[in-house]
Amino acid sequence: MELQLRGDGRAEAQGDALVPFEDVREHLVVVGNGMAGCRAVEELLARDKPEKGGGRYRVTIFGAEPYVNYNRIMLSPVLAGEKSFDDIVINTREWYADNGIELIAGDPVTAIDRATKTVKSQSGRTMGYDKLLIATGSDPFIIPVPGKDLPGVISFRDMKDVDTMLAAAEAGGDAVVIGGGLLGLEAAHGLTLRGMKVTVIHLMDTLMERQLDEAAGWLLKTALEGRGQTILTGANTEAIYGEGKVEGVRLKDGREIPASLVVMAVGIRPSTALAREAGLAVNRGIQVDDHMVTSDPDILAVGECVEHDGNVYGLVAPLWDMCRSLADGLTDQHSGYKGSVTSTKLKVAGLDVFSAGDFSGGAGCEDIVLRDASRGVYKRVVVKDGRIVGAVLYGDTVDGGWYFDLLKREEDVSEIRERLILGQAFASGGGALDPLAAVAALSDDAEICGCNGVSKGQVVSCIEAGNCSLDAVRAGCKASASCGSCTGLVENLLTVVLGDEVKSGPKTMCKCTSFTHDDVRREIVAQNMRSIPEVMQLLHWSTPDGCSSCRPALNYYLLCALPGEYQDDQQSRFVNERMHANIQKDGTYSVVPRMWGGLTNPRELRAIADVVEKFNAPMVKVTGGQRLDIFGIKKEDLPAVWADLNAAGMVSGHAYGKSLRTVKTCVGSEWCRFGTQDSTGLGVKIERMTWGSWMPHKFKIAASGCPRNCAEATIKDFGVVCVDSGYELHVGGNGGIHVRATDLLCKVATEQEALDYCAAFIQLYREEARYLERTAPWIERIGVDYIKQRIVEDEAGREALRARFLYSQSFSQDDPWAERAAGQHAELHQHLEPIAIAAE
Amino acid sequence: MTDWIDIGTLADIPQRGARTVQLAGEKEIAVFRTGDDHVFALINECPHKKGPLSQGIVHGHSVACPLHNWNIALKTGEAQGADEGCTPTIAVKQEGGRILIARPTALQAAA
Repeated sequence: MELQLRGDGRAEAQGDALVPFEDVREHLVVVGNGMAGCRAVEELLARDKPEKGGGRYRVTIFGAEPYVNYNRIMLSPVLAGEKSFDDIVINTREWYADNGIELIAGDPVTAIDRATKTVKSQSGRTMGYDKLLIATGSDPFIIPVPGKDLPGVISFRDMKDVDTMLAAAEAGGDAVVIGGGLLGLEAAHGLTLRGMKVTVIHLMDTLMERQLDEAAGWLLKTALEGRGQTILTGANTEAIYGEGKVEGVRLKDGREIPASLVVMAVGIRPSTALAREAGLAVNRGIQVDDHMVTSDPDILAVGECVEHDGNVYGLVAPLWDMCRSLADGLTDQHSGYKGSVTSTKLKVAGLDVFSAGDFSGGAGCEDIVLRDASRGVYKRVVVKDGRIVGAVLYGDTVDGGWYFDLLKREEDVSEIRERLILGQAFASGGGALDPLAAVAALSDDAEICGCNGVSKGQVVSCIEAGNCSLDAVRAGCKASASCGSCTGLVENLLTVVLGDEVKSGPKTMCKCTSFTHDDVRREIVAQNMRSIPEVMQLLHWSTPDGCSSCRPALNYYLLCALPGEYQDDQQSRFVNERMHANIQKDGTYSVVPRMWGGLTNPRELRAIADVVEKFNAPMVKVTGGQRLDIFGIKKEDLPAVWADLNAAGMVSGHAYGKSLRTVKTCVGSEWCRFGTQDSTGLGVKIERMTWGSWMPHKFKIAASGCPRNCAEATIKDFGVVCVDSGYELHVGGNGGIHVRATDLLCKVATEQEALDYCAAFIQLYREEARYLERTAPWIERIGVDYIKQRIVEDEAGREALRARFLYSQSFSQDDPWAERAAGQHAELHQHLEPIAIAAE
Repeated sequence: MTDWIDIGTLADIPQRGARTVQLAGEKEIAVFRTGDDHVFALINECPHKKGPLSQGIVHGHSVACPLHNWNIALKTGEAQGADEGCTPTIAVKQEGGRILIARPTALQAAA
């Protein structure tokens, strides 16, 4: 497939380099549309802006793959299903277009003619250059064993390989990964997640032996085995066998491992063939000087394909350093590449691993080791002559950056040697870990974002240039814009630099949307949305059908906005609200029938006693809300239990719902010598009015007959305390984790007013609180004065709220138990019946 | 050889929902139907505290356990995100409008 993007719209004939007459800029041709090639162009553009008197170069990029530049490091998450291809694109088509770069993708360069200063591509295109940049990266190393060319044997290097693996995983079966390095383990992890049974074959005795020492390698191996992978270390591949396609791998010791897919991930080699054939100086890699110039002064090379000062690099951080030096050289600001010290901070299969420098030990080296078996943590720092020369961390890698920083700066650590292994917070003298102090203490060249090679200094200057939010920083310098694992560091830097001026983006409803709860609610009403799929469509949900966080919220918002019209979505209800009972830890349910105001009678008590015996309920308990809770009912028995309770006149107590729970009362003036009003009667009236209503969260009410407050009305969502002259109305109390006493809303004279204010307050809460926000935090957020203004001062508003509540209630006071007892949704309470057995 | 057990039709399972199957001598099985009509079967136990996954909210190709909201991948049974653990999966196929599940291994060995 060939794909051409002509960013600047300039006409250019196929197979010819027709430079328009007026374009006198030098032509930079880049061979390789990967991370190094594009980054080099980005660095060049940053220095060579026309508005800054630059604009020396026009740029053409050739790419072998039919894609824009993507983040090759992130292929693993794509394989694992955590990201899509679009998520890992670094440079979009717009980037090429906006910068006037011509991209010729899907057409690799096959030859360089240095005499005529032209390149030739696979499709036969010839193009002249003034400067040529080779950024061909690496080729996967294929071990020369029999069967290596069989269909089903692949490497793990590009999108095509990922597509092959996904197709293989779809069919299921066994996979073998040859190579227990980073790439191999990532492939194995992804394939395991995709449902394949994976065996990893590793030649050496330690996994990732170049990054990990034996102890950390062992921990990693044990953890991976715990996830169902088979790890064979010290295993030498003799052959890959199969008729017409791969069927398995045979080891030198004779063992055979069946596989329908073999991923070869034993290493990479600099891709140097093109340079070698052009007669450039090539050793292990293409040899370059400090400005990435090859043995031909008009040809440069950068990235994994080069050898600088005897070193070849296979990691991303050195590549960024190289690109900076290269761009400096091309724009006559000579700086020079001095080589890179590398560190590796990785998540291998979700496990944190870090290593840096030389940890082989040896003469003059001291090892400082910390093992915490219970947490699965291993740390080893190698110190020589008072300086850190290497570090290996497993399980807890927060201090990786700090050790690496000390290592690169060759700082004398003798002073803090005793505490060094405990990490930065302790070694620096502090006690508790203060992430802000930790990030403030990093040096300016400490790396923050490994994916995009952004240092602390660059992030700070980006913030100081006016980028005051995480999104702005991501757009400005790309820090945390790729894998996002350094998001916390970037946020801390924002706080360190700006203090309180950080513009924290509003908290979105969940990861499926960029909208907040308030945005979504407003739009549901404004656009008259009527179903969950419609909300997700119109508000650009990023997931096909939401998640367990947003679906119940959307269901509630629609239910609240469209009383009597909205079709409740059972599959967006939490289990308790779908089953109309409370799920317990053993998967059985508890059943709480409603007892109005806490009152009961012999008929109800007999019915409950009968249910307990008939269904062998192991426990009955008096609840805190003055009712009885029957435990241990199986889902199959629920409809029968409800039928029996209904027969005695009882309905659902909604003890399971984000809804009105109970109205707790004391006996009040009818019996109590201190009682001032009929609190019991009022409680029953309130419960009759409010039962069955769905709310943002559970809602509890109480009515006490005197200020002694035996019904504990001042820790309820709505509480009434009766006094001689009337009724004190309280709101926003909570007896949960954070005890909050109510705020006094107002005092009213009559029972009817108490009921009216209660209805209005509930409706305000229903319409304006966020889903799963109790009244206590809601009132803390919006202030009790606002509630007073809406409920007490605005009489017409109060009346409208009350009317809306009662209208909504006219649709919600059908007993859900009765419907189920009559056979509705019977499938929720029944197993599927296996009906036939077929053998094949 | 795999024994396949016919458990019903796609319409027997609510979209974005699940039904359970109880085979004699076996742990309860949850059979899920996703929004895009894929069908998956898992042992009806969360790897965390054995919550009945069949009662969770199904989203994408995952289910959120009703007890502590662990998200379990329906295809592999693996816990997602920071949580670790795996629920055994059971092979499923759809044939002629019927849903078939493979007889779980324990029973197969005994048979």
